[in-house]
Amino acid sequence: MADTALQLGIVGAYMVVALAVGVVAYRLTDRSAEDYYLASRTLGTVVLLFTTFATLLSAFTFFGGPNLAFAAGPEWILVMGLMDGIIFAVLWYVLGYKQWLVGKRHGYVTLGEMLGDRFGSTPLRVLVAGVSLVWLFPYVMLQQKGAGQAIVGLTEGAVPFWVGAGGITLFMIVYVAASGMRGVAWTDTLQGLFMLSLVWVAVAWILAAVGGAGEATAALAETNPEFLALGGGLYSPQWMLSTAISIAFGVTMFPQINQRFFAAESKTVLKRTFALWPVLVLLLFVPAFMLGAWAAGLGVTVPEGSNVVPALLAQYTPTWFAALVIAGAMAAMMSSSDSMLLSGSSYLTRDVYRPLKRVFGEGETAAEDAREALVARIGVVAFATLSFVASLYTPGTLVQIGDTAFSGFAQLTVPVALALYWQGTTRYGMYAGIGGAQVFYVFHVFPVVETLAGVVGASVALPTAYAGWTPGIVGILLGLVLTVGVSLVTSTAPEEKPAVYRVDGVDAD
Amino acid sequence: MSVARTVGWTVVAVVLMALAVPWFLWGSAGVAFGLPVWLWWHIGWMVLASVVFAVFARTDWGLGVEGVH
Repeated sequence: MADTALQLGIVGAYMVVALAVGVVAYRLTDRSAEDYYLASRTLGTVVLLFTTFATLLSAFTFFGGPNLAFAAGPEWILVMGLMDGIIFAVLWYVLGYKQWLVGKRHGYVTLGEMLGDRFGSTPLRVLVAGVSLVWLFPYVMLQQKGAGQAIVGLTEGAVPFWVGAGGITLFMIVYVAASGMRGVAWTDTLQGLFMLSLVWVAVAWILAAVGGAGEATAALAETNPEFLALGGGLYSPQWMLSTAISIAFGVTMFPQINQRFFAAESKTVLKRTFALWPVLVLLLFVPAFMLGAWAAGLGVTVPEGSNVVPALLAQYTPTWFAALVIAGAMAAMMSSSDSMLLSGSSYLTRDVYRPLKRVFGEGETAAEDAREALVARIGVVAFATLSFVASLYTPGTLVQIGDTAFSGFAQLTVPVALALYWQGTTRYGMYAGIGGAQVFYVFHVFPVVETLAGVVGASVALPTAYAGWTPGIVGILLGLVLTVGVSLVTSTAPEEKPAVYRVDGVDAD
Repeated sequence: MSVARTVGWTVVAVVLMALAVPWFLWGSAGVAFGLPVWLWWHIGWMVLASVVFAVFARTDWGLGVEGVH
């Protein structure tokens, strides 16, 4: 019981420190949208690097990934390296730098705004924001689920799941309402550095206890020799590539990541972040996932509904250290979630609420601005509360939930890239590409077809893979074909501005 | 000139992606210095990618993105 009090004290103290940083940032934030959502486009290298990085510091990394390595072997490191270290870095340049240039010239704050302006289409703007909010939901839920599990694992069930999940929900609501992009980015930086250090200390501690990496790996070779061999089991080449590509594409379209493309201070900041990215990915994922894999060789038992990292820490490190890591991991989940909620609220107010308001003919008055700020906050509270409730009832592992969300976002990437680089893209091409790929993917994630067929008494099921490739990847290809095909057979509407994305490097300086 | 450089860097990017997973070690369970050999490849490859990206950022940043119509 004394242990539980100590653990909760450490977790609580850490959360309070994180909150204090948010309050300081709040005092420095003025209330303009560009400052609130983009910190007035002034994020420097360290902050941009870590705030982008921190969105990777989620429940997916600390719990889902090591769980997968524990169950299926450490090849997940390669998937994350390929996807995050390389494909995402290339997209950072191809999409991110371009979006930064375009956003700087035209003052865009959201992806929907950028596309809506180019294609002269409010429905497109609403569609992009709506699709993004739909896929954001499971990912926020994933963080809440992770926090709930973390507290259960840490206290061995003395504190129930809903307390952890509910606590983090409350924290992130307060955080987003109080702070803006600046506060989020600052805490991300602190937590990123803190978590990265803790992961390495944890590895050092555990390896010192078992006699080094050689011993730990040898133990793994005894119990699970197949884990050391590259591939096998879950890891087929198609699965690894499918997962890496769909996650990388998905990451770029996550509201909180995509919005960071607009927030960099200068070209130099983007360049440095780009070059440092693979090394940062390496420093995080290798230790985090090897912990999971080694735990299999060390015979760690993971209670049902819990995660391998807390179980491993509980066995090999003192109580206070395990609590510190869990506190850091929870704070990291919180920082991922508040970034998501902040960006989500900008999508909601700017791309959904504002256009709808215009439909009803309301003007831009001071009273309207105040109402919009209120809508943003109500939206955040409603969104976080609903995902909290869903986290209490939804089955599925952390990796499954995360992967579903990533692949959903990934369906947006190809149409957006075409819009940025090919002036022949038309409004209808975008509708078809985005809409078609989403419908295809949703039908594979949710049993829509099966249910409808069941109603008429037929038994039809969509395949779960196409020659080993996931529906997420097939959907991306479908989006490409539809966007290009429909753009070719339709003509540019008079309201479209195909040349609006033409930018020169001079703009950057 | 710029076309040649664009093609060149595209090839570099494709190679970086294609060999991020050491396919030639598929099925191999060799261990060196306490870690699987394929993991060492991964570590080296990520460092190499960082260096290549840094060189690109220094020399040809903006290629294919700026001034594209």
